[in-house]
Amino acid sequence: MSSLPNYTTTGQRIWHYTFLTICALIFVFLITPILIIVPLSFNVEPYFSFTEGMLSFDKEAYSLRWYEDILNNGMADSSQPKSWAMFWDWLWKALSPFHTATPGFFTDMWENAQWVRAMKNSFFIGFFATIIAVALGTLAAIGLSRSEMPYRGPIMSVLISPLIVPLVVTAAGMFYFYSQDLNPRSWLLGMESENPWILAQTYLGVILAHAALGTPFVIITVTATLVGFDKSLVRAGASLGAGPAKTFWKIQMPLILPGVISGGLFAFITSFDEVVAVLFLAGPEHRTIPRQMYSGIREQISPTILAVATILVIISILLLVVLELIRRRGERLRGITAT
Amino acid sequence: MTDVTHFRDEKTGLLLASDGTPLKTKLRQSLKTSRRRAFMLVAPLLLFIMASFVIPILGLLWQGVSNATYEDSMPRSAPIMRAWDGSSPPSEEMAAAIVADMIDARKAKTIGKVATRVNREESGTRSLFTKTARRAAKMEAPFVAALEKADKDWANIETWRAIKIAATSLTPAFYAAAVDMKYTADGEFVEQSEERQIYVSLFVKTILVAGGVMLCCLLLGYPVAYLMAHLPAKTSNMLMILVLLPFWTSLLVRTTAWIAMLQAQGVLNDLFVFIGITSDDARFSLIYNMTGTVIAMTHILLPFMILPLYSVMRSIPISHVRAAKSLGATNWTAFWRVYFPATVPGIGAGGLLVFILAIGYYITPALVGGQDGQLISNFIAYHMQRSLNWSLAAALGGILLAIVLFLYWLYDRVVGIDNMKLG
Repeated sequence: MSSLPNYTTTGQRIWHYTFLTICALIFVFLITPILIIVPLSFNVEPYFSFTEGMLSFDKEAYSLRWYEDILNNGMADSSQPKSWAMFWDWLWKALSPFHTATPGFFTDMWENAQWVRAMKNSFFIGFFATIIAVALGTLAAIGLSRSEMPYRGPIMSVLISPLIVPLVVTAAGMFYFYSQDLNPRSWLLGMESENPWILAQTYLGVILAHAALGTPFVIITVTATLVGFDKSLVRAGASLGAGPAKTFWKIQMPLILPGVISGGLFAFITSFDEVVAVLFLAGPEHRTIPRQMYSGIREQISPTILAVATILVIISILLLVVLELIRRRGERLRGITAT
Repeated sequence: MTDVTHFRDEKTGLLLASDGTPLKTKLRQSLKTSRRRAFMLVAPLLLFIMASFVIPILGLLWQGVSNATYEDSMPRSAPIMRAWDGSSPPSEEMAAAIVADMIDARKAKTIGKVATRVNREESGTRSLFTKTARRAAKMEAPFVAALEKADKDWANIETWRAIKIAATSLTPAFYAAAVDMKYTADGEFVEQSEERQIYVSLFVKTILVAGGVMLCCLLLGYPVAYLMAHLPAKTSNMLMILVLLPFWTSLLVRTTAWIAMLQAQGVLNDLFVFIGITSDDARFSLIYNMTGTVIAMTHILLPFMILPLYSVMRSIPISHVRAAKSLGATNWTAFWRVYFPATVPGIGAGGLLVFILAIGYYITPALVGGQDGQLISNFIAYHMQRSLNWSLAAALGGILLAIVLFLYWLYDRVVGIDNMKLG
């Protein structure tokens, strides 16, 4: 494809270069929107567009004010004195077992800034949703890839369905279901319970929803790694006296680990990126980063969103790199030479 | 030889295991155990998905055919109203039960809900209900006359017919409303009045948009997948990063990016003005309408098309096309008759996946769709959160779910869920 042989006709050459141009334009379409937000997030003006100054690379036209805004927005008093020394001091004290963080700029930011809180929520929800999804999904994938698994097809379709069912339908169903009292005392015995279990507007509700949405990814990736898995390795371990738990952790787990990790990454990014379930299920204090962006876009468009978006793009580039490394490791381990 | 006969049943000649049971039984037992083991591994997730995903959705679907708002708050009048034939003049018994229920419902503060429920069947009855309920405590027999005295609308039989529909908890009324029909007190379906017919055209619009996005994805994805499949692995891996980066970037980030690109003062319009395609005061409106929705959705779903196409194209031996050409085919014939048919599985997989994802899209239309770019999902969310007509939302969701599940079944038949790959 890359170099044309001598015998190509002019027509073929023209077609070849037209084709390459078309492909280049499609790649531009794919990547430009993502790259364009990076310079725009350094805009000194509160606009989403390039100013004259930015185009002539005037230093004055660029600033970090929207990145500061991420940290300051929502703080009780953002004019308190701050410095790196104070930050390290605050961090040191906050991480110490006694939590003796002194009130000041950084405590205020950590407690009150909207985006900081959204970030904490996103990581908190994402972490636990991923743990649940990975634990249950890996076990299920191992079961599903055994040849003796009964009703494999139907069960697989049910387990993959969270990926397929429209998010609005899922979220609406969960909203309705989680708004009800799930305390067994009330729905089994029909008693009015003093402490109703209502999952709507709690962290647990969002975590369960995100875990359900993340499991299909874990199943798909782990099943894919199990396809090349040699079962005689487990039998060899068992014949040498290892119990089921030991063969699992010592033999099977290390080999399917790439699939588990990339499934976990998928589950985490699903939760980290998910906004519909959060819109329906979460209260104002459980807002995640995408939820905060959603209301930011709907209510007041400020370049703060672009600054956040830039940070998220950097995070996704990092994730992409990690995933690529895992893929290469997997290929190496399974004896497929990387090309 | 004696050893072998020792493990054989003397009468039937069946092979025996060491403990004396026939080997077949033993094998069946051990298969059963391993089957149970495999199932036990899947069971926790199955239970979890059932409890946190399937049951909530079934609950939602149940809402679509059952709405007990009236029956729960007005228990005395509900059975009487259901038994009424819907055409004879309202009886004293019906009126008395309604008045008694209204007094209770007002005390329990549920009268507003009941009024809203009846209002969905006959608009204008909301205020009638709340107003009458305020006076109900002072009413005296005969109640039919008392109600008519409180408001002349009680003399209108349509009011009573609306109550009869609302009093029936298990009702097809909401599914009927979701396809622009009206369920009457006589148990018939009639067409909604013209200006209220929105949902059928909305479903059609959603399907058209999903189809359009799928087509755009195919047109843009096919050349790219072809290029990547025929480049040396090193270059194509580099290009793959360009495809995967959008795939891994947050949906909200990409939507925001498209707002920055497409808005009136955005990058693209600035560029058009600079090149001279348009003048400064006649900028294109590319966003907050259908155009914006389709562009942003195409960008977001394009990787889902490219990835399956790429993996199919990579498995097509290049010798096939060469063979066709050596037999005298032109470039076009070789592509169209030999190469293209081999890529159809990839087109099917990518196309169905894009279509399934596009048909349920919510966030992008909500943010960049403006007035005319709203799809069915947005109306479901609207009825869940704003108008609080959960049963209608459930009915619309039920229809959407049915369409998606049909496509899912198709996907399973054509591609197989096992072959779903990521990245």
